[in-house]
Amino acid sequence: MLPEFELLMPRTLPEALEMMNESSRVIPLAGGTSLLVDLRGRISRPQMLINIGGLDELRGVRVEEGYVVVGSAVTIADLKHNVLIAKHGQVLQQATRVFANPLVRNRATIGGNLAYGSPAADAAPPLLVLDAEVELTCKDAKRTVPLKEFITGVRETVRHPRELVTAIRWPILPEGSVGVFHKLGLRKADAISVLSIAVMLHRKNTEDYAQVRIALGAVAPTPIRVTPAEELLSGGPLTPEVIARAAQLASESTHAISDIRGSAAYRKRVITALVKRLLTNLAEGTKEKKHNESEGYHS
Amino acid sequence: MKAKAITLNVNGRRHQVTLFPNVTLLEALRDLSYTDVKNGCEKGDCGACAVELNGKVINSCLVLAWQADGAQILTNAGLGTMESPHPLQEAFADAGAVQCGYCSSGMIMAAKALLDENPNPSETEIREAISGNLCRCTGYTQIVNAVQMAAEKMMQQRAQE
Ligand SMILES: Cc1cc2nc3c(=O)[nH]c(=O)nc-3n(C[C@H](O)[C@H](O)[C@H](O)COP(=O)(O)OP(=O)(O)OC[C@H]3O[C@@H](n4cnc5c(N)ncnc54)[C@H](O)[C@@H]3O)c2cc1C
Repeated sequence: MLPEFELLMPRTLPEALEMMNESSRVIPLAGGTSLLVDLRGRISRPQMLINIGGLDELRGVRVEEGYVVVGSAVTIADLKHNVLIAKHGQVLQQATRVFANPLVRNRATIGGNLAYGSPAADAAPPLLVLDAEVELTCKDAKRTVPLKEFITGVRETVRHPRELVTAIRWPILPEGSVGVFHKLGLRKADAISVLSIAVMLHRKNTEDYAQVRIALGAVAPTPIRVTPAEELLSGGPLTPEVIARAAQLASESTHAISDIRGSAAYRKRVITALVKRLLTNLAEGTKEKKHNESEGYHS
Repeated sequence: MKAKAITLNVNGRRHQVTLFPNVTLLEALRDLSYTDVKNGCEKGDCGACAVELNGKVINSCLVLAWQADGAQILTNAGLGTMESPHPLQEAFADAGAVQCGYCSSGMIMAAKALLDENPNPSETEIREAISGNLCRCTGYTQIVNAVQMAAEKMMQQRAQE
């Protein structure tokens, strides 16, 4: 049995925002795959929930003014099959394939994944390398916060209690961008990440020029961008030596945590190995593409 | 807490029920005698409570009954009858994929979702599709065999039509 609570059932977004505005203690319920588990475990005891998972205004993926815009209540399963995400967010789509399991993916929303503020949120590293922003809406105002600044600690975000996450958006990537996501779990399917990593490589016509973005999940209190390594790599060229140095730097500059899924020392070793492997693969993949015009993974 | 009257359409039957907001779809279904839907972990790990909600297979323990107001719900019992079982149900029996039986309903619903999308899945795809369903008897080999058998039978049936 779940503990007792009141449940508000708005039919439209304006109605939901009106209800949220009346009290700062109304907790949004989207897919429920984190919140209902926490309620059952008595980890949180909210008095009042508001069901927002079904709101039409929070659904749908569209391209608008150079941005990909994803409604906060879009499910992980929807993203896994969406053609716009295949085109403009391949790195995110890779994460949806190893996210939880098919049953959970059919309910879990992208907004809930970020709003929960878990360091292990699997959508976060891909969205960080896409330079995503989180759209927050309350009754009278709307603001956009870079994802990098949105999650501030374990289960902590900058969201005000009266605000809803209404959308996630990122600028359409320039030509020549490729991304990759890798999740390390204790088993192949349906595992919380021990570590997850997303890498985005952008190359201009000249082989030598490269911009790199790297993000890590489940290694620090929040999902993070690995700025020192990114700066070292910035401008290129991506030689094996510079990749090896960046991989080392990524590990050294990260304050890794120890928990039941792995020690800090283990995580640091894995960071070095994975940054090196993924960057090498991406660098070689894009080179190949240039030479034989073969299909690589677009980002 | 205030109770509310809602409508649940289960296996083609319409039910009007008055429920408190903290009642899960799983609890509501079992109270309506759909006891083929099993209560396992109650936190989305085991898949024993899997049902289709508006065509998508989900864990009914992680949905509130109010959230399913007016929705179409399909459980394993709604897939076939003793006289005319669904090919998956028949294959589970024939392949020895049912041991204690507790996971079977959820497994079959997860497998159905796979075959609806992908009529001829590989073994890897089958294993991925049932990765949210636990079998404590660990009879996975027979379960995977059963899904393969059902897939073949359904493809043959379709070819004959
Ligand atoms: C078996 C299982 C496996 C899982 N595996 C993974 C995994 O592999 N990777 C992973 O990242 N996660 C995993 N999860 C966790 C969970 O499924 C995800 O974090 C999911 O994306 C949460 O979304 P939701 O819609 O279900 O959120 P909910 O549970 O509805 O809400 C989560 C939190 O976010 C808040 N919230 C939700 N939507 C909004 C909004 N629009 N605005 C403001 N606040 C909001 C809620 O108030 C709540 O605090 C797993 C969960 C289960 C049960």
